Amino acid sequence: MSIIIWTIQLALVPAVSPLCIGVVRKIKARFQNRVGAGIFQPYRDLWKLFHKDEVISEDASWIFKCAPYLIFSTTVIIGASIPLFTTIFSINVLGDLLVVIYLIALGTFFLALAGMDVGSAFGGFGSSREMTVAALTEGGLMFSILVPAFSAHSTNLFAISGAVASFSFFAFAPMILALAAFIIAMLAETGRFPFDNPATHLELTMIHEAMVLEYSGKRLALIEWAAANKFFIFLALGANLFFPWGMSSSERLGDVPLALILFFAKILAFSVFVAVLESTIVKFRFFRLPDLLFTSFILSIIAMSLTI
Amino acid sequence: MFNTLISSNIFFLSLLLWIAGAVGALVLSKNDRTANWWGNSFAILGSCVGLLFSLSVLIIGSTFSFNIDSTLPLLSLSFSVDKLSAFFIFLISLIALLASIYALGYVKHYYKKYNIGALGFFYNIFLAGMVMVVSAHNALFFLIVWEIMSLASYFLVIYENKEKENVQAGSLYFIMTHVGTAFITLAFLLLYRSTGSLDFGVIKETIGNSSPLITDTVFILALIGFGTKAGIIPFHIWLPNAHPAAPSHVSALMSGVMIKTGIYMFIRMFMDMLPDAPLWWGVVILILGAISSLFGVLYALTEHDIKRLLAYHSIENIGIILLGLGSSLVFWSLDMKPLAVLSLVAALFHTLNHAIFKALLFLGAGSVISQTHTRNMEEYGGLIKYMPQTALFFLAGSMAISALPPLNGFFSEWMTFQSLFSGIMASNVPVRWVFILAAGSLAFTGGLAAMCFVKAFGVTFLARPRSENVRHARESGFALRVGMAVLAALTLVIGFTAGSITNAVSGVVSDLSAFNSSEPAFFSTIQTVGMRNGFASISMPLILASLIVTMALTFFAVYLVSRNRKTKIGRTWDCGTTLGPRMEITATGFSNSIVTIFRGALKPTKQTSIEYRDEDMRYFQKSSTVELGIQDIYNRYFYQPVHMLTIKASEYMKRIQSGNINMYVLYILAILIALLFASGM
Repeated sequence: MSIIIWTIQLALVPAVSPLCIGVVRKIKARFQNRVGAGIFQPYRDLWKLFHKDEVISEDASWIFKCAPYLIFSTTVIIGASIPLFTTIFSINVLGDLLVVIYLIALGTFFLALAGMDVGSAFGGFGSSREMTVAALTEGGLMFSILVPAFSAHSTNLFAISGAVASFSFFAFAPMILALAAFIIAMLAETGRFPFDNPATHLELTMIHEAMVLEYSGKRLALIEWAAANKFFIFLALGANLFFPWGMSSSERLGDVPLALILFFAKILAFSVFVAVLESTIVKFRFFRLPDLLFTSFILSIIAMSLTI
Repeated sequence: MFNTLISSNIFFLSLLLWIAGAVGALVLSKNDRTANWWGNSFAILGSCVGLLFSLSVLIIGSTFSFNIDSTLPLLSLSFSVDKLSAFFIFLISLIALLASIYALGYVKHYYKKYNIGALGFFYNIFLAGMVMVVSAHNALFFLIVWEIMSLASYFLVIYENKEKENVQAGSLYFIMTHVGTAFITLAFLLLYRSTGSLDFGVIKETIGNSSPLITDTVFILALIGFGTKAGIIPFHIWLPNAHPAAPSHVSALMSGVMIKTGIYMFIRMFMDMLPDAPLWWGVVILILGAISSLFGVLYALTEHDIKRLLAYHSIENIGIILLGLGSSLVFWSLDMKPLAVLSLVAALFHTLNHAIFKALLFLGAGSVISQTHTRNMEEYGGLIKYMPQTALFFLAGSMAISALPPLNGFFSEWMTFQSLFSGIMASNVPVRWVFILAAGSLAFTGGLAAMCFVKAFGVTFLARPRSENVRHARESGFALRVGMAVLAALTLVIGFTAGSITNAVSGVVSDLSAFNSSEPAFFSTIQTVGMRNGFASISMPLILASLIVTMALTFFAVYLVSRNRKTKIGRTWDCGTTLGPRMEITATGFSNSIVTIFRGALKPTKQTSIEYRDEDMRYFQKSSTVELGIQDIYNRYFYQPVHMLTIKASEYMKRIQSGNINMYVLYILAILIALLFASGM
């Protein structure tokens, strides 16, 4: 039985993440009075990119060539080691909070190196900005998840989900602060408004898109897919660490469909939230971002002092 | 007994080999080649024997002590090697072995420029000095070997004495290290006064009776004295100047191991010799660790001299080690021995890891410098195509120091995090806040270190060459690559065997008398390391395996889908202009945003000077320069005031020096009378 659950757990993130991106794009398009592409368009894009020829810069080294595989792999591993629709994997040692955060950092590290590798002015600046934001996000991200972790007496993400579901009502006051901190960190890590604009190729503002400017063909597909995975991972973390209800806690297959449906509903709600946020606020100036990130860190410290 | 006899003989054999290497290199200094081979071969032999010896102590447990009383009062040549000493001897020998192999090739570029014999002499003496420092058992003898180590390293720092700044860096190091020694001497004198002995063993047994005031003072003196050697902020100012000045294999040893002798003495004094530590000792060390790690990495980010950048990272990593050590002291004073063991294991594990990856990075930087003849990162670029293997090794070091899984740095940082988290959960309110801030600073340090090494690796090895120097670069020689390759392999091997090594390190910790009856708060098997209370667990082999499997599967799947597609090689998109090296991001540019964000702490300065063709009609610029820098707040707010104060005091003192000989006789007389009175009372 658990083999089937395992397979779903492993494949869920890469399988569904493009759809999630498609939904967000569709909602944003409606906000902008456009019809927008169908929600399955990201799948078609990936398919198209995998079947295109590739152009690689003559300055690129093996770092540029291998980085997409590594980045994609880290997102798949993280996707398999975070709680999605079930909490039965609490023995999974990859589900440790610090392992997940540092695996994300591993992906970011190589993405930034790949951005510098081709020697274009865009790539270097993108890497510099990405690493600046990533370095300042780490504190807020780690501490916001530590708030439920300390209450649950475990840094295993599955165990946190399981424990939060049985919290009393009053334990949730600090969780709201932690959620706010987490959402700020999430927007920064996934390159969304007000940190980065995922839809732009305007030199002055772009961070993520600047780093991957030189990619094409199958490697661009991998990078895009990895970015979608990362977005989905953060949505899942937000949904399952702070709203963990409805996850199946047994190995019975019968629970799985309901748990999956509830999980997708939560992800959809988070996607709508992000899309609405992106449509209603503006991007911040780069040097105002640190204020926001420090706010996230301080919010989670306040939340932490309330919980323990 | 038999084991002990053998291991003590092996110990002295390694010292003897180093001394033979030192003397021989000096004798053979006529011929550069033979001096190099003699000096470094004996260094290699001595290190091999040292490795053998330390492993025999660590595995079989054949600790020994050895004592020769000398004719001088109070001084005895007293060695004692327990597991803690053996652990540090292991570190020293391991790094010395690989650095010496590297040196066989690296020293070649000093031929005909500098005296190779002198290098071999001081190098071997330096190695012997470090090993004696961690095994000395008598305070006076300790001070002598401490001084031997410091002086040998001083001469190594000023080895390239044709460059003036190296000599200046050496002078600063000389002064700072002796200020440190002065504090250490004071600490030992205080201990002597209250215990009547300079023997570490006797001090340990009798210090318990003395007042807390004495032990507290000893703590502060030792903290400053050994902290200067370890490079803790604010006693670090010599480190970023001295480490880059030395030849690269010596920098590797200084950054990788020599500063750890300070950490060794912290553990020896605070957790072994002195009685139960009060709470505030641990809190002070935690705070110093948090400051050192955060500021170390911030200063590193502002650097574009590759060796200075690495030197600042040593400060950062010493800070991380202190976070472990400090929490261990806190737990010890709160009588939570299991957690204290966890934290000390984290500190020692990070000591081991830092020695390995920092030595690797310095050796990598040395290879790059020996090919490009500059330490300025702005003149590198694209070296991955000219030195592919060096680049790979440097990348391994960069990933390890940025605490990225699956390499070794991640594991010891994980353990340090666990001890800080335990501190947050287990301690009371004021101490809890210290732990929270320490964990926060460690989190930010990790992110900033990753940023700094994206910069260091990216600017050095990636993109296109920025200067002509790079185009002449070739892959470094065989000996250099062997030294680096072994270290790079170790970062990976220690990463996935972390469980077994944790067991070995906790064996070292439980050998300390304070901890020998306490069960550690963690468990470790080959596969998994975790907290006994189920708070966290980690499996380093699984991380490595899952990365390899997923990457292989991804490669295979992508190959299947797109195997018929072609790959074209084109030029980087340049918006239609000519692609030049000046389009790439520079090291300064890369970290400019973070410097701007932390401008409150870093105090960046910018000086613009424009020269006009016509001074009256300021339209046509002839040249304009912009100088960016940062103000060192320690220099400005601590060292400069101290400096000014010393000068002022000296001005006053100058007045009594009239140059009149009768005056001086009067002074002598006055002092004599005063002394007579003093002794009469």
